[in-house]
Amino acid sequence: MTATPSREHPQHLADAAGPYFGEFGGRFVAEALVAALDDLTAAWEELKVDPGFLAEMDHLNRTYTGRPSIITEVPRFAEYAGGARVILKREDLNHTGSHKINNVLGQALLTRKVGKKRVIAETGAGQHGVATATAAALLGLECTVYMGEEDVRRQALNVARMRLLGTEVVPVTTGSRTLKDAINEAFRDWVTNVDTTNYIFGTAAGPHPFPAMVRDLQKVIGEEARQQVLDLTGALPDVVCACVGGGSNAIGIFNAFLDDEGVRLVGLEAAGDGVETGRHASSITGGEPGVLHGARTFILQDEDGQTVESHSISAGLDYPGVGPEHSWLASIHRAEYQPVTDAEAMEAFRLLCRTEGIIPAIESAHALAGAIRIGQEAAAAGQPAPTILVNLSGRGDKDVETAAAWFHLLDEDQHDDVPEAAGPEDAAKTGAVDDAPYTATGSVEK
Amino acid sequence: MTETTASPTTVSRTAAAIDAAKARGGAALVGYLPVGFPDVDTSVRAAKTLVSAGAEVIELGFPYSDPGMDGEVIQRATQTALDRGTRTADVLRAVEQVAQTGAAVLVMTYWNPVFRYGVDRFARDLAAAGGAGLITPDLIPDEAAEWIAASDAHGLDRVFLVAPSSTDARLRMTSAACRGFVYAASTMGVTGARTSVDSHARGLVERTRAAGAERVCVGLGVSTGAQAAEIAEYADGVIVGSAFVRTLAREDGDVEAGLRDLGTLGEQLAAGAHRA
Repeated sequence: MTATPSREHPQHLADAAGPYFGEFGGRFVAEALVAALDDLTAAWEELKVDPGFLAEMDHLNRTYTGRPSIITEVPRFAEYAGGARVILKREDLNHTGSHKINNVLGQALLTRKVGKKRVIAETGAGQHGVATATAAALLGLECTVYMGEEDVRRQALNVARMRLLGTEVVPVTTGSRTLKDAINEAFRDWVTNVDTTNYIFGTAAGPHPFPAMVRDLQKVIGEEARQQVLDLTGALPDVVCACVGGGSNAIGIFNAFLDDEGVRLVGLEAAGDGVETGRHASSITGGEPGVLHGARTFILQDEDGQTVESHSISAGLDYPGVGPEHSWLASIHRAEYQPVTDAEAMEAFRLLCRTEGIIPAIESAHALAGAIRIGQEAAAAGQPAPTILVNLSGRGDKDVETAAAWFHLLDEDQHDDVPEAAGPEDAAKTGAVDDAPYTATGSVEK
Repeated sequence: MTETTASPTTVSRTAAAIDAAKARGGAALVGYLPVGFPDVDTSVRAAKTLVSAGAEVIELGFPYSDPGMDGEVIQRATQTALDRGTRTADVLRAVEQVAQTGAAVLVMTYWNPVFRYGVDRFARDLAAAGGAGLITPDLIPDEAAEWIAASDAHGLDRVFLVAPSSTDARLRMTSAACRGFVYAASTMGVTGARTSVDSHARGLVERTRAAGAERVCVGLGVSTGAQAAEIAEYADGVIVGSAFVRTLAREDGDVEAGLRDLGTLGEQLAAGAHRA
């Protein structure tokens, strides 16, 4: 039976454990899933302090994932951020190319502990699906991944990767055919096959214990980065930036800094065409409290409580909800959440490619755009140049086609194969092959 | 924990309807149809057709954009209802019209539309429309303090679900929180007609009664009179949804034929449930 939820703040913000984060979180699920969620909760409480598990995770991190991931200072990029000092946490260098593997390896080991042999997952951009397919192959688990039909089309490369790894990819044709519908379908599979199947949830959202468990598995990002920045600069960063869809990479890097009052935490939400247009995925900036996918949190909804379809050029951020811990951190003003449009994110994407030789995931480009904005704001206000730590949560291989279309980099006869996520008509005018930073968004002029 | 038991002064309309069916020697037929499918007026006519066929309790589905517990048939129907503009006000209007038949009318909905409308406001308007109460597939008693208070304040039934995986402790807690009946989900899974109702159902009903439930109805997977008769041997009510929706959803779009077929199927299932 579920314990009475504690809605009081924990003594240390970093220790918040669910099922509630303030007024957010909980378990709004079918009764049929409660036993499985209770089992997972109990197993995770045991496992997360089990020396054998910790040793196995440590071994996999060092010999498989590639941890600790390094940090990279990016001075050429930082020139566009008002002269701020910008440091990237390189989760893009992890095996499978993103932070997702941190979470998935832990949940895959947990699957083995609860005695199940099949895993399911949902995926938007495919990063979580690829990570799950990888862990399933590594541990000999049967794996099915649900993916919205629209995302299958946008992320064909990752679909092929998952299939190569022996995973069944099921295109979901209901609703908006994107991540939220893939989650619905995965829940349906789980409620039907819960005796044999564990659901490896991809982000720090969903019913308890997923938000807390995913955070526990991602907080390694912040713990490493906090020490690395201290070693490099002798001080904590002034600002930490991370993109927020469901919010797992952000909660992972924020966690280590939650109780450092002087560190400003900024989550960058996907604003698509702009929050004011209604075509966006900014759940905190442009949403309202509600219940979606098992948790009370900020969601995009209409006045009848029907979920509103989200929009972002980034399939990985194209989600109308957000993890409940983020809703809580926003409500107590410990973290701030800012929208970044497709255009701003793509300009930051281009800048990092051109100035540092790093092609980021478009998700992470939203965090880079936040760093540019915050650095420029500090410069404009005459403040000392801040040190900004940016979580580079993933690499951009999967997004090359989308970016090529946005910047019109392909020859005409190749356009037929390019996803329609291409940018606005004026994107062609942004001078993608011009070395000078373009100023179409007004936000990146040196 | 919210182990609130119903106030003894509250009369459950759903319980009364089930008891009337039991007094005649069988179990009640509980029929589900989503409001707005294929359109609001036809869904009201369809619900009235089921009442005429012998259903004592009607569940009116409140269409929701993310129906994680529904199988394909009901999901497609509710999506159609939403695509055609079905709103909260339509649901309340449908409740009012179907309640006029004298059947106990429950709304079945996911939690967010009620949360968004305002929990107490929804309870007040549902009661004013003549509704008997609410079935909440994604709201477990653990999270239902606000709804328990509102349903007490407005004299509404509240039906929570139990599943084969529910522990005895959860069966006790859920049975105590329910008013009207306890909804036993016969199989681990989503809605949808099945050729055989899982044998888990009988055991689950027995365990739920032992946990203190006065009335237990069985749903998920029932589509034939024979299945209904089998369930009526041990349960207080037989819940049918997808089979009705599929019958109404004729590919040729012939509404009148769909309603006729629905009436025929309703009579078969009522005969089974009533052990006539």
